[in-house]
Amino acid sequence: MTTPVPAIGQPLDRFDGAEKVRGLAPYAFEHPVEHPVYLFAVQSTIAVGRITAIDCSQASARPGVLAVLTHQNAPRLSTDNGELRTLQSDEVTFRGQIVGGVIAETSEIARDAAGLVRMDYEERPHNVDLRGEVPGHRERLKVPDEVLPIFPMDTSEGDVDAALASAAVRVDSRYSTPWYTHNALEPHTTIACWTGDGFTLRLSTQGVTGIQAAVAGAFRLDPSRVRVISPHVGGAFGSKVYPRADVVLAAMAARLVPGRPVKFALTRQQTFSQTGYRPPTFQRVRLGAGSDGRLVAIEHNAIEQTSKIRQFAEHSTRATPSMYAAPNRRTQQWVAELDVPTPTIMRAPGEASGMFALESAMDELAIACDLDPIELRIRNEPQVHPHFQLPFSSRNLVACLQEGARRFGWEPRDPTPRARRDGGWLIGTGVAAATYPVLRLPGSKATIRVGPDGRYLVLIAAVDIGTGTRTALTQVAADALQVDIEQVDLRLGDSTYPPAAEEGASAGITSWGAAIHEAADQLRQRLTTEHGGTVPADGLEVTADTPDNPYLKQYAMHSFGAQFAEVRVNERTGEIRVPRQLGVFACGRIVNPKTARSQLLGGMTWGLSMALHEQSVLDLRFGHVVNHDLAQYHISSNADVGAIEVHWIEEDDPYVNPMRTKGVGEIGIVGAAAAIANAVYHATGVRIRDLPITLDKLLPGDRPGSEVGG
Amino acid sequence: MRTFRYERSSSVSGAVALLAEAPHGAFLGGGTNLVDLMKLGVAQPDLLVDVRRLVSDRVEELPGGGVRIGAGTPNSECAAHPLVRQRYPMVSQALLSGASGQLRNLATTAGNLLQRTRCPYFQDITTACNKREPGTGCSAIEGHHRDLAILGTSPECVATHPSDLAVALAALDATVRTHGPGGERVISMTELHRLPGPEPQRDTVLQHGELITAIDLPPAPFATRSHFRKVRDRASYAFALVAVAAAIDLADGVVRDVRIALGGVAHKPWRAYRAEELLRGGPADEERFRQAAEAELADARPMPGNAFKVPLARNTLVATLLDLAGGPR
Ligand SMILES: Cc1cc2nc3c(=O)[nH]c(=O)nc-3n(C[C@H](O)[C@H](O)[C@H](O)COP(=O)(O)OP(=O)(O)OC[C@H]3O[C@@H](n4cnc5c(N)ncnc54)[C@H](O)[C@@H]3O)c2cc1C
Ligand code: SF4
Repeated sequence: MTTPVPAIGQPLDRFDGAEKVRGLAPYAFEHPVEHPVYLFAVQSTIAVGRITAIDCSQASARPGVLAVLTHQNAPRLSTDNGELRTLQSDEVTFRGQIVGGVIAETSEIARDAAGLVRMDYEERPHNVDLRGEVPGHRERLKVPDEVLPIFPMDTSEGDVDAALASAAVRVDSRYSTPWYTHNALEPHTTIACWTGDGFTLRLSTQGVTGIQAAVAGAFRLDPSRVRVISPHVGGAFGSKVYPRADVVLAAMAARLVPGRPVKFALTRQQTFSQTGYRPPTFQRVRLGAGSDGRLVAIEHNAIEQTSKIRQFAEHSTRATPSMYAAPNRRTQQWVAELDVPTPTIMRAPGEASGMFALESAMDELAIACDLDPIELRIRNEPQVHPHFQLPFSSRNLVACLQEGARRFGWEPRDPTPRARRDGGWLIGTGVAAATYPVLRLPGSKATIRVGPDGRYLVLIAAVDIGTGTRTALTQVAADALQVDIEQVDLRLGDSTYPPAAEEGASAGITSWGAAIHEAADQLRQRLTTEHGGTVPADGLEVTADTPDNPYLKQYAMHSFGAQFAEVRVNERTGEIRVPRQLGVFACGRIVNPKTARSQLLGGMTWGLSMALHEQSVLDLRFGHVVNHDLAQYHISSNADVGAIEVHWIEEDDPYVNPMRTKGVGEIGIVGAAAAIANAVYHATGVRIRDLPITLDKLLPGDRPGSEVGG
Repeated sequence: MRTFRYERSSSVSGAVALLAEAPHGAFLGGGTNLVDLMKLGVAQPDLLVDVRRLVSDRVEELPGGGVRIGAGTPNSECAAHPLVRQRYPMVSQALLSGASGQLRNLATTAGNLLQRTRCPYFQDITTACNKREPGTGCSAIEGHHRDLAILGTSPECVATHPSDLAVALAALDATVRTHGPGGERVISMTELHRLPGPEPQRDTVLQHGELITAIDLPPAPFATRSHFRKVRDRASYAFALVAVAAAIDLADGVVRDVRIALGGVAHKPWRAYRAEELLRGGPADEERFRQAAEAELADARPMPGNAFKVPLARNTLVATLLDLAGGPR
């Protein structure tokens, strides 16, 4: 037998790429179904209160309307997840909460009739203002429950206050990041069908196994009675990890019209209240250092928000204890429970917002110490993980910074602000570090079946949210089986396959890949030991779990990276352009250079968008996001994106998992906004600590209003 | 979306007659604004009269050096037309700075001029808005008004008109040809749109059922030296925070004639007569440009969330004039 060419490392095109660009890959809502009905949600127009009366007469009378769902006639559910208790009572806990649904023969009729449902409310005062929580109201803030058990919410080492008091150089800065909305191109969609004794749900999700369990639990069904299918997902970014009200409403509607598939798609506007968001943060970073830049103290705290129905906390200070050596360190994290929708996971949850603050503060420190910001970071490189006191399984932050500096042309750099200009544009450059932990989510299994024809079928209920997972996992399977990739057929996105953890935390390849790897190992072994290396006539099948990682307690496992940016700021208008971004990452072995590059590129682009454009604007009076569409919620347009270079350092880390991968999904966004903010400072001398960096914050000269009469 | 009738007519007068009998009907151009508003429940016409194939979709030369733009001309075609590009570069630039390629292919000249405000509360039927429902109040004044007006506002409404094209046309003294139930008329572009006053529900002076058939651009030889400068929150695909349309006629460093209109600052394209007046006959230098800009903005009444538009408008106007005058920016 010849050894096949290793599949890992090949820049393979996505297997479903051609189908997708030709429009042939059906997304959930597009799946052809017979005789469907359409569902449209009714949303609350108050933030807090009680529904006192409902008048469905006009809506029900509308020709084509089949049923109107409200809390008065909805099935009672069995769940203590507040997020899934849709239509279970008359209480309203945030504006835009789903309080009803209309089922009709066409989507237009359903939408029109939803507007005819009249609700009377008894309104109570609401509080949606996180800013109002910051000064003074610490007693109302909570320390959130841990998100990942290995990372304690708060950390403390040494005596931060004493070290800061005696430090030669100090930075004490406050930063904020706004409320970000995911805006996946494909909104949350479902086709739900009640089959008499269970559900078939075709939906856009990051975890078919999780949806299956949630729906089965809520409707008191055996999980085998709920089939969840999600072969293609048009973007998710965290918003489709947890089941939410939209899935419950679709399932409830399906119960009312047995045998008829219920089609349900959120409008873009609805996604702003229904699908979660990255919570806004207020952060403070205090750094103390010697005049040589060596840190003696790091303090980072963050306040953010969650809803009153379910706690979700982004761990924004999580990255800080992994970054720099300093004997005295403290991180603290609080959440305020407000009358808002529940936030959720969004790309690099915690690191994206937290590293904006920390890496901006490091830039401020470099300036205060009169040190090059790269040199400052190198001087503070730890020997072991500062918090866990474990060696790193691999750590290449310095290599990323140096390689990036070389490729970017960092030197020679005059650190003086406003030193470079071109016509009416000020030019600056900035750098920031990036990191993301290597995570492995529990609960995945993979089945591999080999037939006498020598073809391998790999089954796992993982999902491909558009990242190329299907392709990359096939590469993993082929190498683990030591066969040619052509012999492997991998299927995912169906809850009838072995269960899988949700897609998230850059852990897909690690969690699912490790299960596939384990199954492949066992299969090869059984083929050799039990069958003399020949596939038996009726084939052979093995199912294996994601194994535990024996090195977890011996090493700290993280990816690192360096982000560089060049910005131009118009001297008269404050307009900002970013002609160049460059990132160098150390993320272990790269399974597929093509799809990995796309992930990192996408992350960096989002970092640009985070730096300059994105923010959900909350109207405090009503409690809703007012700029709830893609015309008003700005994401970077093509014209905003300059040249983006993506590079990685070769890294061979035997401790992270058998594939030696670390994950590439999240780290591309981490630090990108800080690099841009740091470059804006270099260009203009103006330090922007509150994202996004909009032109009004950089308008030169006299402050707005000074020459205005009234 | 409400059920509605869809009609076409083979004649302009037929189309006008159809709407005359339907007080809640509307003309349909490319539909890129109207249909969105119908989905949102903001517009609820019971009749759509499709006029895309009825009015001219051409750009033609007029005797005497002017140009006529058919009301049905797609934004992309108008922007690309050699007569427009050569004689009125800022009209082409204004169009190309708006929306996206796909939208511009569909959107018509008349539809662009009559698009509704982008005020977020106007587009959200769960919030009060005097423009959408007169008398209910204005949610923007005490709410999110970053994009809204600083000039010519009223206590009832502070919306801006979103069209970029309208700004360039107002600077050029274009005229609008219409055909309504009462016959044909010609309206000056600067008078087509209104200030909100106590009646913000009325965007323009058009009567119900009055069809725009064409836009006429008068000859303006010095408009070959014109520029449309749009400042916005991202590099493309965003409405103007501030826009400046300007054309200048220079001789020996002196401004012989000038046309300026501002966008993104008012309920209508804001023709900067006061600045023009101050500039005419004066030196083409930064000092004078700044004085003119400040004079024009002297009556600005910004709100807390859009106060930055005053210095932004001033600086953008100065930069645009300097550009046109060929000096340092
Ligand atoms: C996301 C987005 C971004 C955009 N960005 C910009 C931008 O930056 N700058 C900009 O200027 N525009 C922008 N636009 C607006 C776009 O230019 C308008 O949607 C378009 O010009 C409207 O043209 P239409 O032909 O589709 O009009 P329609 O939607 O068909 O009609 C608009 C209005 O005009 C009326 N109407 C149409 N034709 C006639 C006629 N002949 N006579 C009388 N009434 C008529 C209709 O009844 C309706 O009230 C944007 C639009 C979108 C959706
Ligand atoms: S500014 Fe005008 S359009 Fe906006 S809410 Fe007020 S009245 Fe309505």
